[in-house]
Amino acid sequence: MSLALLQEATINFGPLAAIGAGLAAIGGGIGVGKIGAAAMEAMARQPEMQGKLQGSAIVLIAFIEAVALFGIVVAFLAT
Amino acid sequence: MDNPLVSPELGLIFWTTLSFAILLFILKKFAWKPILGAITEREEGIKDALASAEKAKLEMENLTADNERILKEARAEREALLKEAREIKNKMISDAKDEAQIQAGKMIEQAKTAIESEKKAAMAELKNQVAELSVDIAEKVVRAELSNKDRQLKLVEDILEEATLN
Amino acid sequence: MNVYLHRILHKVFLIEKLMQINTFKTFLLSLFLTISFFGYAVEIKEGNIDKTEDEKPFNVKDLIFHHITDSHSFHVYGNTEDHFPKALTISLPVLLWTENGLVTFMSSEFHHDVEGKTIVERKGLKFINLHEKIYQLNDGVSVVEFDKQTHPTNAARPADFSITKNVFSMFLSMILLLFIFITAARSYKKSSSNMPSGIGKFMEPIIVFIRDEVAIPNIGEKKYEKYMPFLLTIFFFIWINNVMGLIPFFPFSSNLSGNISFTFTLATITFIITLFSSRKYYWKHILWMPGLPVPMKLFLMPIEIIGMFVKPIALMIRLFANITAGHVIILSLISLIFILNTIWVAPLSVLFSLFISVIEVLVVAIQAYIFTMLSALYFGQALEEEH
Repeated sequence: MSLALLQEATINFGPLAAIGAGLAAIGGGIGVGKIGAAAMEAMARQPEMQGKLQGSAIVLIAFIEAVALFGIVVAFLAT
Repeated sequence: MDNPLVSPELGLIFWTTLSFAILLFILKKFAWKPILGAITEREEGIKDALASAEKAKLEMENLTADNERILKEARAEREALLKEAREIKNKMISDAKDEAQIQAGKMIEQAKTAIESEKKAAMAELKNQVAELSVDIAEKVVRAELSNKDRQLKLVEDILEEATLN
Repeated sequence: MNVYLHRILHKVFLIEKLMQINTFKTFLLSLFLTISFFGYAVEIKEGNIDKTEDEKPFNVKDLIFHHITDSHSFHVYGNTEDHFPKALTISLPVLLWTENGLVTFMSSEFHHDVEGKTIVERKGLKFINLHEKIYQLNDGVSVVEFDKQTHPTNAARPADFSITKNVFSMFLSMILLLFIFITAARSYKKSSSNMPSGIGKFMEPIIVFIRDEVAIPNIGEKKYEKYMPFLLTIFFFIWINNVMGLIPFFPFSSNLSGNISFTFTLATITFIITLFSSRKYYWKHILWMPGLPVPMKLFLMPIEIIGMFVKPIALMIRLFANITAGHVIILSLISLIFILNTIWVAPLSVLFSLFISVIEVLVVAIQAYIFTMLSALYFGQALEEEH
């Protein structure tokens, strides 16, 4: 009886997973924001480097984003 | 691993692999190779054209430089020629001047000598004439004077006196 | 009821007060308040809905899952659950590899049943469709039973090679790609000066971009040519499937590039190519990092080995999660109309989903670019020689 209850209790990870995914999104958002800000500033300082900066900023954002997405996928796995 | 979103399905993996392999094979053979080949060929063509244009430009520049050089040389030559001519002219003038001077000097010299000789001759003649005249005068005087003895003596005396005075 | 009315009146008063201050702020605020207003409206209504039995409550999660997961039939329009007369569903072939050999039948045999009630018998085996997964019932069983977590207890999954909605979509993308690029290649051949025309003219800058901005800087001037076919194929394959997923009607709209099986396969192909093109320096870098003291080398070795696998996993998850997230956002915005149960939120939903769709058009191209770019980067790392 108590074991069954425990099992029942451990099934619903939904809300916790949602909070986890939210935290992952916050982390990713901060990272991407910092990259974006730095890239913008660099572009404003050296407009002739815009193409190169854009390319590397996108790749860096992809790396940061991957970390946040890992969190979200782990949240998926938990539900 | 319950979530259907994150559990891979064998069937889809199989079909994806197959599709991708077929796509890669066909596109590689019938699309990427001809397209990339054509792009590369065209780029090579453009590069070649640019290189030859550059070469032509260089040649053109060389040609212009050559022309410039020749022109410069010609100009220098002309300059030199003109300079030489001017020098020759100046020299000729100065030579002529010198010649004339020398000639004039010579003529003056000749004239001077002629004058001198003339003068000498004139002097000699004058002396002769004076001598004759004086002899004549002296003869006449002596004739007149020597008629009287006293006077003769006196003359001798005067002359002597004069002579000693000299 | 009275309390709600009071709150609404209070908010209207607030809006009027704000009107005089700042028009833009007011706009945003009123937008927000409109949504919360409808929220209240639904709360009022929900009380009535719960009492009526025949109308099922709207389940967003089910709807979204139904749209982003794979399925054995292609739903074109209409409501299949109620056997709505106008519903149109394209049935797709089911191919199963079982102990009795290959079993094939059309998915229409299930009659849109995804609860496992309709049983299809072929070659003496019984099959059911349980939430778009085909299960084979054990011998002598005629009704499927479930455990507490709704897993079937007396059925197992055969190897399923069905032409599902995603596979159908993939074949369609293949045909489109072959058509586009073979036409493009032909247009080069036709012209005497290697100048493309038509679709080739549009595709050439993208091909040149992949070559000059992705392949050459990452792989190097000398070796990039060998990898160009792969990079171009993977870029256009991902891109066209992403774009096809964004188009919301038949024969497109399937979430192929947001399916983990698809991204898993592509990432695995990249990983295998990385391993095959790796040089001595790559392994030296992973197993025995040069220029470090021995304890540090021992410490870094497991990290580098994990990193070797994390790279393709990140590649897989990035594409899957980005595309799925895009679909989920658009579907959620549209679902807002049904959650709030009012037509008045529809303009807002449509406006927002249009906005997100426009962003998604950009995102799908960037995701295809990033997948290609990182693949090229990993190949470049594997090819690196000792300097």
